[in-house]
Amino acid sequence: MNVGVVVFPGSNCDRDMFHVLSDVFNLNVHYCWHAKPLPENLDAVVLPGGFSYGDRLRAGVIAAHSPIIQDIKKISEKGIPILGVCNGFQILVESGLLPGVLLKNDSLNFMCEWTNLTVENNKTPFTNQFELNQKIPIPIANGEGRYFVDDETLDQLERKNQIVFKYDQVVNGSSNQIAGVCNDDGNIVGMMPHPERAVESEINPHDNKPSSLIFESLLKKMDVNN
Amino acid sequence: MVDYCVHVTIENKPGISDPEGKTILNDLVLKGTHQNVSKINTAKMLKFTITENNKESAQSKVREICDELRIYNPMVSVVTIDAFDA
Repeated sequence: MNVGVVVFPGSNCDRDMFHVLSDVFNLNVHYCWHAKPLPENLDAVVLPGGFSYGDRLRAGVIAAHSPIIQDIKKISEKGIPILGVCNGFQILVESGLLPGVLLKNDSLNFMCEWTNLTVENNKTPFTNQFELNQKIPIPIANGEGRYFVDDETLDQLERKNQIVFKYDQVVNGSSNQIAGVCNDDGNIVGMMPHPERAVESEINPHDNKPSSLIFESLLKKMDVNN
Repeated sequence: MVDYCVHVTIENKPGISDPEGKTILNDLVLKGTHQNVSKINTAKMLKFTITENNKESAQSKVREICDELRIYNPMVSVVTIDAFDA
């Protein structure tokens, strides 16, 4: 199974993501530079965290105009699983692939701490191994992580089961404590917390198993026996 | 064709919280002697210099750029665009 990790100028979680996908889950991982076409043989794509273009203008907005985004749009229409983490989520939102917007945290602080998520939708390629409402201890690390949608869009997200993860308490002022959403088809998932920082027991002081299920869900979706 | 200066002010729509504005109001201005201030909204301003035929076309061209490139996010922000002689 081939997974692409997209690298933008200013991505800084790309190597963590590469390490987890290749060394922990034994996948064939390829770095994909944002200015080049996306390789054609990919089975899944991950947009990692970081500070693309230094978060200038607005987190993710400049990267959303990168040439590779058009390729990602095309493959997303074929149902290929796409995961955006942190800045990757911001880029997916700014490119219109996911609804909503990510604003500065209510505290205006860069928040780097452990949170607890609850799984609200266990039908996506990244959550199919979870029980509904299962908890995930997982770290966040962002300054612009406050997910916002207007009331009309929020109704739509709830109606179409597009809310994938919520924080189990108020963290940063996000609408309805939303931490992650998916598109209407469910194959594109964006989340602010960092699963790649939580799947190994060596660096997870809580429980690394739930975060691992995010990637194990992808393996299940692709029918890969690890 | 002459140069025009076009100011693009991006601010939150009404109802979208502006914690920075609130902090400046509550923790700076109202802690001084300026009790007649009731609200502060922060905004971002971009100053374009653009060569166009007239002020109106400079303004409309910059609006087009802002819309096309999502210089502001229409879900949460509004823009005010003002053109001046450079």
